[in-house]
Amino acid sequence: MATIYIDNKPYVVKDRQNLLQVCLSLGFDLPYFCWHPAMHSVGACRQCAVKLFRDEKDTRGKIIMACMTLAKDGIRISIDDPEAKKFRAGITEFLMTCHPHDCPVCDEGGECHLQDMTVMTGHTYRGYRFRKRTHRNQYLGPFLHHEMNRCIACYRCVRFYCDYAGGRDLNAFQCGNRVYFGRHEDGVLENIFSGNLAEVCPTGVFTDKTFRRHYTRKWDLQTAPSVCVHCALGCNTIPGERYGTLRRIHNRYNGEVNGYFLCDRGRYGYEFVNGNRRIRGPLLRGPGGGEARPCTRGEALSRMEEALHTPGRLIGIGSPRASLESNFALRTLVGKDRFFSGVSERERKLSAAALEILQRGPARTPSLHEIRRADAVFIIGEDVTNTAPIMALTLLQLVPCKKVALARSLQIEPWDDMSFREAIQQECAPLYIASAAPTGLDDEATRVYHATPDDVARLAFAVAHVLESGVPGMEGLPENVSGLAGEIACALKEAERPLVISGIGGGSLSMIEGAAAISRALRSVCGKGELSFLFPECNSMGLALMGGRSLAEAREVLREGDADTLVILENDLFIRDAKPAVEELLKSAQHIIVVDHTHNRTSERAELVLPASTFAEGSGTLVNSEGRAQRFYRVFVPDGDIRESWRWIQDMISISGRGEAAGWKVLDDIAGAMAREMPEFEAVTRIAPPADFRISGEKIPRQPHRASGRTAMHAHTDVHEPMPSDDLDSPLAFTMEGYGGQAPPALIPRFWSPGWNSVQAVNKFQQEIAGPLKGGDPGQRLIEPAEGVKSASPDKIPEAEGLRPGEWLLVPLYHTFGTEEMSVLSSSVAERVPAPYLALCPEDALSLGIGEGEAAELIASGEAQQRIRVRYLKGLPRGVAGLPVSLPGVGMIDLPQKVSLVIPAKTADTGKV
Amino acid sequence: MITDEEKKEIRELMSHYATARAAGPEALKIVQNHRGWVSAESLKAVAEMLDMSCEELDSVATFYNMIFRKPVGRHVMLICDSISCYIARYDMLLDHLNRTHGIRMGETTPDGRFTLLPAACLGACDHAPAMMIDETLYGDLTPEKMDNILGKYQ
Repeated sequence: MATIYIDNKPYVVKDRQNLLQVCLSLGFDLPYFCWHPAMHSVGACRQCAVKLFRDEKDTRGKIIMACMTLAKDGIRISIDDPEAKKFRAGITEFLMTCHPHDCPVCDEGGECHLQDMTVMTGHTYRGYRFRKRTHRNQYLGPFLHHEMNRCIACYRCVRFYCDYAGGRDLNAFQCGNRVYFGRHEDGVLENIFSGNLAEVCPTGVFTDKTFRRHYTRKWDLQTAPSVCVHCALGCNTIPGERYGTLRRIHNRYNGEVNGYFLCDRGRYGYEFVNGNRRIRGPLLRGPGGGEARPCTRGEALSRMEEALHTPGRLIGIGSPRASLESNFALRTLVGKDRFFSGVSERERKLSAAALEILQRGPARTPSLHEIRRADAVFIIGEDVTNTAPIMALTLLQLVPCKKVALARSLQIEPWDDMSFREAIQQECAPLYIASAAPTGLDDEATRVYHATPDDVARLAFAVAHVLESGVPGMEGLPENVSGLAGEIACALKEAERPLVISGIGGGSLSMIEGAAAISRALRSVCGKGELSFLFPECNSMGLALMGGRSLAEAREVLREGDADTLVILENDLFIRDAKPAVEELLKSAQHIIVVDHTHNRTSERAELVLPASTFAEGSGTLVNSEGRAQRFYRVFVPDGDIRESWRWIQDMISISGRGEAAGWKVLDDIAGAMAREMPEFEAVTRIAPPADFRISGEKIPRQPHRASGRTAMHAHTDVHEPMPSDDLDSPLAFTMEGYGGQAPPALIPRFWSPGWNSVQAVNKFQQEIAGPLKGGDPGQRLIEPAEGVKSASPDKIPEAEGLRPGEWLLVPLYHTFGTEEMSVLSSSVAERVPAPYLALCPEDALSLGIGEGEAAELIASGEAQQRIRVRYLKGLPRGVAGLPVSLPGVGMIDLPQKVSLVIPAKTADTGKV
Repeated sequence: MITDEEKKEIRELMSHYATARAAGPEALKIVQNHRGWVSAESLKAVAEMLDMSCEELDSVATFYNMIFRKPVGRHVMLICDSISCYIARYDMLLDHLNRTHGIRMGETTPDGRFTLLPAACLGACDHAPAMMIDETLYGDLTPEKMDNILGKYQ
C-alpha cells in the first residue's frame, strides 16, 4: 500500500496504480477522455491534468497527467489547484472547437461523457469563432450510426476496436485537426464487438443504430437489471423500455462476469421482444389443426382443465432458454419422472457429463474474471468466438505472467497501455486450439490443430498422458501430433494459471472427457489449472442441474400410450431433433399445450398456446456456463395476458386440483420451493434481496428521477396519470418514486450518479475502479468441485477415425449471428446472418468437382435429404464437411455424424445446377 | 491493380524489413512514383501484398500528406506557408498564381500541369518566400521569378 497526498490530505491506496484510477477509486471527480477502465492509459487527451508537488514545501508544483503517473508512496498532488483547473477547462475548450454542439439532436445527449466532462471542467462559454471542420459520415452496417463531426479525437474507438477486440476494418485516418475514424470506404463493421463503440465513444460519433429507430432519452427509459439470453455466459445487461417496447440493451457491469463489454448478438438480439412473431394472447386451435384463434384467458383455462383432467396422463418438456423457475414449475406439474429436458439426446448426454466432471473436480470452473488471469489456454473443440463471444474477447487480452514481470522490470506497468504493448512486443499468452473446424480464434492461436473430433480427443488424452508420465503413451499417434501434445503439455505446465476450455458445441463426449483428463492431470501433477465448459444456451446449465429424461424417451412414453397430453415450455422441438422424430412425438400426443413467447413450428401444432413473457417482461433465474445463478428482472409490464411461464403452469397445477403451487405467490416462493426440493439450488434463494426488501421503507425505482411525460403519454385516453403497476416479485417499482441512492448490486437498474450521466457512472458503483461492485458482484455459484480428488473412471480413448470412400464426417459450425434462435429474429442481426451453406475444404471440393456456390445433396441417415450450396472453408480437414447449426434454412441434423453427399449432374450447356 | 514491376519493387523492399507491414510507407511511395498518386485500387493491392487491411494501410497513407490519395498534376508545387515565408509575403505568390493559372491551394490546373499544395516548412527561411516543385527547391521568390521558373515545367 502507498500513502499519497491529495490537496494535503493523506490517502492509503493500492500500489502500482496510476493517479487517475486512484483518484476515481477514492471518489474524486477528475475528468478524462482517452483513459478507459478496461483499456487503461495512453495520455492522449491531456484532460486529467493535476498539479504535482516535489514535497510539502513546494508551492509552485507542475502540471502532470494523472493517468500517466504512478501513484508512488508519498506523492503530493492537487486536483483543486487553480492552475490545474484552468488547464483542464482549456483542454475541454480545445477539444470542443470543432464539436457541433448539437446535443438536442444527438442520440448521446443526456448520457454523454463529453457533456459530463464539459460541465465538470466548467468550460461554459465558447471562445472559438471560426469555421469548423466537417466530415462525411459512413454507412457502417446495421448496428452503428456514424456522425464524425462530433469527434474529439480521443482514439478510444480504434483502441477498443483494433487493440482490444482485434478488429482490422476500422482505423484513424489523416492527422491533426482532420483526424477521421472509420472504414476505408462505406461498409459493414465486421467485428462482433463493434456495438461497444456506442458505449466506448465518449460522445455521439458511434451510436446504437437500432435504438435510433425508436429513440428515447436515457432519462425516459424504464430499466431493470437483466441477464443476456443469447448465449450461456450470462452477461449482465440493462434493457431499456418506453411505451411498451424494448428500446435497447446496455451493458451492466459485473466484475466477475462481463466487465465493461457485450457482444453484438447480446446487444442487438433484443428486437425479437418487439417482433411480429410474438405470442401476445392465448390461442386455441381445433382438433384438426389449422389456424389458431385468439381466446380469452377464461377459455384458455377451461381448455387447460379439459386437457389436464386425468392425472398421470401428462408429460412435460422443459427448455434451456426458460428460467429455472419455469422449468421447476413444469417439473412440479408433471413430476420428476415425466419431466423431459427439451434438448437433443446428444446435448443432454454431453451436458450431464460436463456437469458431472465439474461437480466431481478437482478442477474448478472459473468466472470470466478469473479467465482473464489465465496465462496458457488450450481450447478443445469449441468455437468460442461464435458460441460465447465475450469469452473470446476475454481470451484476446491474456498476457503471459513472465511478460508482465519483464515490463515491470522496465518500470512499465500494465496500465501504461502503449508502453506495455511495446514492452511485451504483442506477445500473447500461449493459446492452443484443437477442433474439427476452423474457429474464430485461430488467427490468434499459437498453434492450431484441425482433425476429426475423435482425433482431437486423442490429442487431448495425449496431452494428459504427457503431463502425467512424460509420454503420450498411445499407439498409432502420428509424430507431429505427439510433438504437439508435448508442446501443449509443456506450455500448460509452465504457466501459473493454465486453463482448459471445451464444451457442448463440438458435439463430442470424447473431447469433453479429454479436456477433463488434462485438467485432472494438471491438478494432480502441478496442483493448478482450471476447466471451463461452454454450454449452448442461457439456461442450459440450469436445465442440466435440474435433470430430466431425453426427448427419445418422451417419444417412447407417448408411443406406448402412457401419456396423452404434452406440455411444452418455451421450446421449438424442431431445432432439437430431426423432423421425422419430432413429427412422431407431436402426432402421438392427443393434447399439446405450448407456453412460449414467440411463434415457432412447435407452437403452430399446439391446441392451446399460452403467451409467456420474454426476459424483458418477466423475472427469473438463469444459470450460466460457470454455474453462476443470476436473477433477471421484469423491465416493463406487458399488455394483456402475457406473464411468466411458471405462472401459467401454476394455474395448470391448481386446475389439476393439486396444492403444491398454492404457496407460490411471488418469485421468491417458487425459488424457495425449488431449493427445498433440489438442494443444489439452495444458493438461488440468496442471489438477490427478497421481494419485501426496502431501503428506508422504499422500493427501488425502475424509472430515473428525471423521467418525463408520464401524464402526457396517456393523455389521448385519460389526462389522469394511471396507477403504476405493482411488482410483487421484486423490490423494484415501475415508477420514478422510491429510493434515490445506490441500490444493492443485484438490483441496480441503471448506472447514474450526480454529474455522471454516461455509462462511465459505473465508476461510482465500484469498490475500486474495474473492481467488484460495492456490496459484491451479483450472482451465486452453484457448482464447486467436491473436496479431494476422487478416482475417475479410466479414460475412454477413442480409436483413430477412418472414413470410408464416399463417406463424410459432418461437423457443426457456429455463427455469432445465425446460430442462436432468438437473436436471428432481430432485424439488425438478421442482416448479418449468412445464407445456408455446406462447408468443404477446397481440396475436397475440387476432387468432387463442385464449385463454390453450387448445390449438393446432403443425405443423413433417418433424415430428409437437404439440397444446400457449397462454400469453401480453408482449414477443414480432408473428409470433413461442416454445417452451420440452427442457421435459418438449415434442417436440424444431429452432429457430428457420417453422411453422404451427392453432387447433382450439371447440365452441359451452362455448367450450372 | 498494380503492375508487375511495382510488385517486384515492393517485394524487393519487403525483404529489407522484419515484418511486411513495416514496408508500408515506402511501398506507397513506389506506387506513387509510378502513378503520381495512390488510388483506392492500388492501395488495396499493396495492402494485400503486405498482409494488411485496407484500413491499416490507408491510415498510414492518409497520415503522410506527401502520399497523394487523390490525382495530382504532372508537377506538384509546394509553397511554404510557415512563419518566415508568411512574413516575406508568400500570399503575393499565391495571388499571382491564382491570376496566372487560376488555382488556389489544393487545386490542380485544368490542363493537369500543376497541383498547388502548402508545405509547413521547406527549411529555407533564409531564402523566404520559398517553394518546391517536384524535387527542386526555389527561394527568394517574386512573381516575375516564379513565372520564369514555371515556364520550365510543362
